[in-house]
Amino acid sequence: MSVIKEFTKGIVKENPVFVMALGLCPVLAVSSSVENAIGMGAAATFVLVFSNIFISLIKGFIPRKIRIPSYIVVIASFVTIVDMVMEAYVPALHKNLGLFIPLIVVNCIILGRAEAFAGKNNLIRSILDGFGMGLGFTLALIVIASIREILGAGQFLGYNVLPATFKPMLVAILAPGAFLVMGLLMGLMNLKKK
Amino acid sequence: MELLAKIFAMAIAAIFVQNFVLARFLGLCPYIGVSKKLDSALGMGMAVIFVMTMASTFTWLIQTYLLVPLKIEFLQTIAFILTIASLVQLVEMIIQKTAPALYKALGVFLPLITTNCAVLGVAILNINEEYTFIFAILNGLFAGLGFTLVLILMAGIRERLERAELPRTMRGMPIAMIVAGCMALAFLGFSGLKF
Repeated sequence: MSVIKEFTKGIVKENPVFVMALGLCPVLAVSSSVENAIGMGAAATFVLVFSNIFISLIKGFIPRKIRIPSYIVVIASFVTIVDMVMEAYVPALHKNLGLFIPLIVVNCIILGRAEAFAGKNNLIRSILDGFGMGLGFTLALIVIASIREILGAGQFLGYNVLPATFKPMLVAILAPGAFLVMGLLMGLMNLKKK
Repeated sequence: MELLAKIFAMAIAAIFVQNFVLARFLGLCPYIGVSKKLDSALGMGMAVIFVMTMASTFTWLIQTYLLVPLKIEFLQTIAFILTIASLVQLVEMIIQKTAPALYKALGVFLPLITTNCAVLGVAILNINEEYTFIFAILNGLFAGLGFTLVLILMAGIRERLERAELPRTMRGMPIAMIVAGCMALAFLGFSGLKF
């Protein structure tokens, strides 16, 4: 029962983006289209799950004092793998996400989970936690990206979903739209909490 | 003269047109987290300018004289993040020994800079854009200045927002995001500046 909870908590109750406000840079930067959002979410989930697995396996060997640098090296290795695989198989997506793939290294969600969870828990729990958090991150990205893509381009995943009479609000897919949509969504989450 | 014009164009681009926070979405955590008070924003800004300039210098050297000759460019991410982490540690120790007053003012913010994506971001951008050594350093400096500028502007606005009457649900993070959105709109106006 409690094992299932490790998985589901990341999706709503401890959602890394909306509730804990972690990893905002990639969320705002790549949420201009749903396609980018799914790509970024998948990349981050992969790194999150594998670094959680690895860190939970080697946690006994790392001296406490140098744990943060060790975690960063583990995470950076998995990010490098993702970077190279994406460049080889999905070059267009890789180009769209650009700088934000290597920057997964400094995404606070991943180091945060390593420090707060994988460094203290066993393998099974760490995998579930990584999947849950990754899924929560991806879902948050998709929610923001859907709003921005529908309002800003009248499209969803590249297909027109609004009548031709709808004039796209360009600002939604430009930089300011990211901040405005995020602010309003956070306000909504607060409303629900009370 | 031409060089000077190039440097000027780069400064305008890095500070206003392609502002790291508002146009490139880098360094948002400290931008939202440390912008509640004006003096801490100033301290954070100074520390970031310093680390970004230093990081641009060292990562460029490492890329050009270590990674490229040895053909191990794929280790870029790992090498850069380690460089930045040790650099931040070094800077922290040097400031602590030589300028205790400054260390006290910056103290809390220094270790946080390692995970500021603007620092790793500028290092990778310098390599991707194939800047020369001098321009890489200058780009780091200007990007840091741009970050500090919006951080201080934001802190000024948020100090006033403290006393504003807001709906309870919008207090704190949500309104900070909306303010950032308005600032990004204003900075969008600079995108007409092309050199």
